[in-house]
Amino acid sequence: MATQTLNHADAHHDAAHDEEHHPGLAHHFDNMEQQRDSGTLGMWVFLVTEIMFFGGMFLAYMLFRASNPNEFAAGSYQLDVLLGGINTAVLIGSSLTMALAVFFAQTGNKSLLVLFLLATILLGFVFLGIKAVEYGTKFSHGTIPGRNFKVEHKKMEEYEEHHHGDAAANVDPARLQMFFVIYFMLTGVHALHMIIGIGVMSVLVFFALRNRYSPEYHSHIELAGLYWHFVDIVWIFLFPLLYLIGRH
Amino acid sequence: MSSINSPFDKPFEQPVDSPGGRMRPVPAERNYLNADYSVRSWLLTKDHKRIALLYLFSVSFFFFIGSIYAMLIRLELLTPKGDLVQAATYNKLFTHHGIIMIFLFLIPSIPAILGNFLVPLMIGAKDLAFPKINLLSWYLYMIGAVIVSSAIMIGGVDTGWYFYVPYSSNFSNTYVTLAGLGIFVLGFSSILTGLNFIVTTHTMRAPGMTWFRLPLFIWSHYATSLIMLLGTPVIAITLLLLVFERTFHVGIFDPTIGGDPVLFQHLFWFYSHPAVYIMLLPGMAIISEIIATFSRKNIFGYKFVAFSSIAIAVFGFLVWGHHLFSSSQSVFAGMIFSFISFAVAVPSAIKVFNWTATLFRGSISYDTPMLYALGYIGLFAIGGLTGLFLASLGMDVHLTDTYFVVAHFHYVMVGGTLLAYLGGIHYWWPKITGRLYPEGWGRFSALIVFVGFNLTFFPQFLLGFLGMPRRYHAYPPEYQVLNVLSSAGASILAIGFTIPLIYLLWSLRYGPKATDDPWMATGLEWRTSSPPPTENFVETPIVTWEAYEFAPQETMKVVGKLTPDDKPDRSSYSGN
Ligand SMILES: [Cu+2]
Repeated sequence: MATQTLNHADAHHDAAHDEEHHPGLAHHFDNMEQQRDSGTLGMWVFLVTEIMFFGGMFLAYMLFRASNPNEFAAGSYQLDVLLGGINTAVLIGSSLTMALAVFFAQTGNKSLLVLFLLATILLGFVFLGIKAVEYGTKFSHGTIPGRNFKVEHKKMEEYEEHHHGDAAANVDPARLQMFFVIYFMLTGVHALHMIIGIGVMSVLVFFALRNRYSPEYHSHIELAGLYWHFVDIVWIFLFPLLYLIGRH
Repeated sequence: MSSINSPFDKPFEQPVDSPGGRMRPVPAERNYLNADYSVRSWLLTKDHKRIALLYLFSVSFFFFIGSIYAMLIRLELLTPKGDLVQAATYNKLFTHHGIIMIFLFLIPSIPAILGNFLVPLMIGAKDLAFPKINLLSWYLYMIGAVIVSSAIMIGGVDTGWYFYVPYSSNFSNTYVTLAGLGIFVLGFSSILTGLNFIVTTHTMRAPGMTWFRLPLFIWSHYATSLIMLLGTPVIAITLLLLVFERTFHVGIFDPTIGGDPVLFQHLFWFYSHPAVYIMLLPGMAIISEIIATFSRKNIFGYKFVAFSSIAIAVFGFLVWGHHLFSSSQSVFAGMIFSFISFAVAVPSAIKVFNWTATLFRGSISYDTPMLYALGYIGLFAIGGLTGLFLASLGMDVHLTDTYFVVAHFHYVMVGGTLLAYLGGIHYWWPKITGRLYPEGWGRFSALIVFVGFNLTFFPQFLLGFLGMPRRYHAYPPEYQVLNVLSSAGASILAIGFTIPLIYLLWSLRYGPKATDDPWMATGLEWRTSSPPPTENFVETPIVTWEAYEFAPQETMKVVGKLTPDDKPDRSSYSGN
């Protein structure tokens, strides 16, 4: 606490001497360090609210899975584990490109920064494309929660074969749709976060091309990186909870 | 010469009454209000003080709308028969009253108006950490308010403010989805305000402003922000699930299609009990400031009061189950929730005791803010103690859904938060507007509010204890006397709220000009001009004194008039 106060006092002193005034420094901050600290803390705090936001849905997931274990396993069997697995790899890859973008922002390499931001955006679109294919299949089979809910019979038979003579084969079709309610809520809200992330990243590319970022001033990139990794981590939880629980 | 002085230096370095105007390094004419008059400069402002005023106008507007609903409810309950409105309309009246008062008035009121205005000033910052996000939060508030209002105007909602399923699930054919979306948007406004306060408190403090030199106002707002950040996302996702359920006809909360109605209650109260503290803690923030200033004493047990705010925020998240004593919650869970609910009363009691101890042997002056603060302590004590009745398992079964509950939370929300809000508005009015309000009218209306409030809500404790259920538009004739008293009280309360509205507006034009520090208070917000300049302080203040370090009056230089027996009266110190 004491050191922090001291830092601020020093900072104030510096500002009074007007040694440097970066064009990216907002009027209400004393110096770049204070501005960067505020941004970073703000993003972490925001991510905490995001955890609580997803937390409500994870709670619903836990509750409904506990009361309908067979239905959740059967529902999980309906999903395409290959496409889900590819998407997991795509997202982890996009986290790598994002981390590289942050690295080249720190080192001030503009062209590689732009390149890796674009790569992250591209991988984001690949993820959303694959997700759209998965959603499309569910739509075409009528596996949409609601009055006309249907499941893919082929996969249902596979599931029953897998659990032949097993108590797990007793699946109440009406309750099966609870799995898909949760599935569409969780993946839909997650995809929305991806879309927002891609939008933010596009703005960053635009700014980067206009030479806005430098090793001294690039906290936008770092903050977008934190956000992107968070969205990635949410998917790391979603994938096993939704795709893998029926396959043991 | 530095423009910032410790309160000890003040009377010597700031002669206030020189004939040609005050001696200041900066011409006092430039301030945040007259910096620019265009509409654009207001609607696109990033100045926290202007955003606070935008909130003041919009939040006050919705307070008066919500009050109209309250008056209609009290009018209907004047007679035992449901003769003014039909039962279905009555359901909408109390729902609209609750939604408007809670989501559009109480939750944003103190943090978004006074918190916004004062947090940067009190810690010696030029602005909040994220001014654009601050403006965005006001726009989100307005968008949410428009959505909620449109839901009300095209037909309304009849679920009660808590949207319980099955009232709100597919059985309801009122505009639940639209209202839910509106509150979803309002939630983000609240999250952004909380985020801004947290980051600002961490990174924007002036040199020398250590954590334990912070005014208690800041500690309380920090705790409030924690709740906003951790609780609000949960209500957001709950309402989103509800909207999803209604839009796609799936069962999340509706048991006929696989859902769980009690899940809704858990999720809802996980936010909404802590939300009580979103409404309460900022009120406590104001009371700490007022009590210290008007007893001219350091707050007794500063650290206890500071940490009790944090304790309330933390424990507040562990007690939501006391709303489910009569739902399908196990008795064991009920016992635990009951116990923690009693525990959460401890930090609140610490505050009340410490305020009272601060009063002891203080130099108390009974100005309007102090009257509100003293009223607050009494009414909050009643509201808090009756809360313990409701936190007791057996007692609660008798009292659940009766007027006892209504009276309890109105003692906390109106007797607590609203009184603190009015006290705070009066206390900082000279700083916000640069004008003094008429003190006599202020005291008069504070007394009217106190009397009206007790007459309105005390009979409701009795009604509830006798068994009158809430949310019915008709009741057995034996309850009429108490209901008439309550309605009469509501009319007095309405007068008590209207008088300040009139004289505060009047004072904007005709009130005497305020000095920088009309109350001889200690906070940094009083060490700059009234109203403050756009950048808050001409020079970044360097804090070398503790919070609430009051100068003994004997050491202060007398600058004003003397009373006939040659002693200075109070106003002569500040030059009023
Ligand atoms: Cu509660």
